[in-house]
Amino acid sequence: MDFSLLPEILASTIRLSVPLVLACLAGLWSERSGIVDIGLEGKMLAAAFAAAAAAAHFQSAWIGMVFAILVSLGLALVHGYASINQRGNQVVSGVAINMMAAGLAVVLGNTWFKEGGRTPALPGSARFLPIDLPGSAVLADVPLLGAIATIISGHSIITYVTILLVPLTAWALAKTRFGLRLRAVGENPHAVDTAGISVALLRYKAVIIAGILCGVAGAFLSTSLSASFVRDMTAGRGFMALAALIFAGWRAWPALFACLLFGFLQASGNYLQGVHLGGVEVPVQFINMLPYLLTVILLAGFIGKSIPPKASGIPYTKDR
Amino acid sequence: MANARGELPTWVDIGLIPLLNLFIALLVAGLVVLIIGENPLEAMWIMLKGAVGSIKGWGYVLYYATNFIFTGLAVSVAFHAGLFNIGGEGQAYFAGLGAAIVGLSLEFLPWPIVIPLAILASILFGAFWAWIPGYLQAKRGSHIVITTIMFNFIGASLMVYLINNWFRPVGKMAVESREITGAYILSFREIGLQFFGVRLPSTPLNLTVFLAVIAVVFVWYLLWRTKLGYEIRAVGANPEAAIYAGIKPDRIIIIAMAISGGLAGLMAVNEVLGVQHRLLLEFAGGAGFVGIAVALMGRSHPVGIVFAAMLFGLLYQGGAELSFAKPLISRDMIVVIQGLVILFMGALEYAFRPTLAAIFANVED
Repeated sequence: MDFSLLPEILASTIRLSVPLVLACLAGLWSERSGIVDIGLEGKMLAAAFAAAAAAAHFQSAWIGMVFAILVSLGLALVHGYASINQRGNQVVSGVAINMMAAGLAVVLGNTWFKEGGRTPALPGSARFLPIDLPGSAVLADVPLLGAIATIISGHSIITYVTILLVPLTAWALAKTRFGLRLRAVGENPHAVDTAGISVALLRYKAVIIAGILCGVAGAFLSTSLSASFVRDMTAGRGFMALAALIFAGWRAWPALFACLLFGFLQASGNYLQGVHLGGVEVPVQFINMLPYLLTVILLAGFIGKSIPPKASGIPYTKDR
Repeated sequence: MANARGELPTWVDIGLIPLLNLFIALLVAGLVVLIIGENPLEAMWIMLKGAVGSIKGWGYVLYYATNFIFTGLAVSVAFHAGLFNIGGEGQAYFAGLGAAIVGLSLEFLPWPIVIPLAILASILFGAFWAWIPGYLQAKRGSHIVITTIMFNFIGASLMVYLINNWFRPVGKMAVESREITGAYILSFREIGLQFFGVRLPSTPLNLTVFLAVIAVVFVWYLLWRTKLGYEIRAVGANPEAAIYAGIKPDRIIIIAMAISGGLAGLMAVNEVLGVQHRLLLEFAGGAGFVGIAVALMGRSHPVGIVFAAMLFGLLYQGGAELSFAKPLISRDMIVVIQGLVILFMGALEYAFRPTLAAIFANVED
């Protein structure tokens, strides 16, 4: 293996981890309140389309971001209505959202841009471009420090904000009144209800946060990582985020590391196409399936144990 | 008639409410067509004409319906055991491996031996791919929804690797296996030519459609006429109570998942043996997920599933015709309708029930 590629692979790891971290945190907020969210994938996909379409129309990445968040929020509220008010099956609702998003994005894209579901390629001015951190150019030729600069500099604003969101989420869930109540509602909604706090309202707040985060994740995919929307561009990232969430045991910091691990696997899969490791060829497909395989093994309790919030997926019925 | 509060006549619960939900799903789909700038009624007419207006159209409708009956039955058997099997897609895909291995390695044998063996292999491979999540749910407590989703992805990667590295003939560019020559006999067109000397319209419809009929009867008999079926439904209704009835939920969960996977695996018979006569990448093409919509719409009853599968077959075939006639409405519109059906008939199943209950209460007073 060529170690000179390592800084590149690590920088790519960070880029590929961003949508995973955002979607994973979205799932974290939602599931900690007791609402299972299979629809991360669909919300992200719809947001990616909305961001690319709006950014192409208005020639502004920020307007794209606003539309991405609004569209994702809309789907999140549908999920909230189905799971909170209607006490419907949350998995079924999530599956429905994934399908509606996958279909609608291509149908509308095809109508508006006539490129078979793609959106027009965005110019640099309508994208979230890499930001070179001050001093990174100076360090470029210094050994080690140069490599570190390659890894941590040159990411978009969304990436840096995402990294800040991890401690923010961890703190909010552990230390704020809202966070504590939210976690309580995911473990024992009856107790929260008895204390005179609205279960529905708390859960709606969680679903809304999840919607916003998925919106940002989608915008990142189509206006930062790439320069347009293409069909199925989330490529299972929503489910990988779900896997990371389980891997992390529904906790924010471990979620970051799980997403970085999965991002690293994705990045090395991309860079190692056809490369031999120690004389044995590792098929790229096996690297691709590793996150899912690891999650299954973890869920089965063979390496540690991952325990979901007690009330997750169970609709709350007041009169019992 | 003194109905308890919120109680509705049976025909409303199993007839009117599903139809109302379906109508609203189609209404929203119509709105989407309107937004695109096309006429929904015209679109519906083109779809209907394309699907049931010709023998060829019917051939395609029945061919799609065959797939959806298998995946719909798969989802419903798991539903009856209280399990949500999202992995039908992966189970069908993995079953293609069994069909191809038997079909290709035993092709020196006559087809009356090879075809049944290949069908059996499809069932076993599909069942195996669902048995693992079932086992992990029963014995290790891993959530079936998550495990089956993960198995879809694991299966997809594995199949890409296997088809590319094992099945692809040397020097061929297309990532697919060589032809399973013994399987051509399944096609109605081939049967017509060989045995009756008639030239039938070229459609993908093949003998597997009869297998679908058998599967429907089998699932009905299994669920409502056998001890195992009773145990499956008991575990689905109330696992704790089932224990007191002497039923072992763990065992039932594993068996129900294996049956579910085996049914999904039959889809590979239709596609790999019946239509393509070779193992292709992604041949399941989302039919595993359509099965969820079909099972919800058919209320997990075999008869309901036949109707729902036919409706989705009609939508698929009609949608293909529609996208020729109206290029603005791409085939992805069907995916939107699928999503809407799952939303309104699944997650929002009872959204209109209170309103209807109020109406009925008023009428009876």
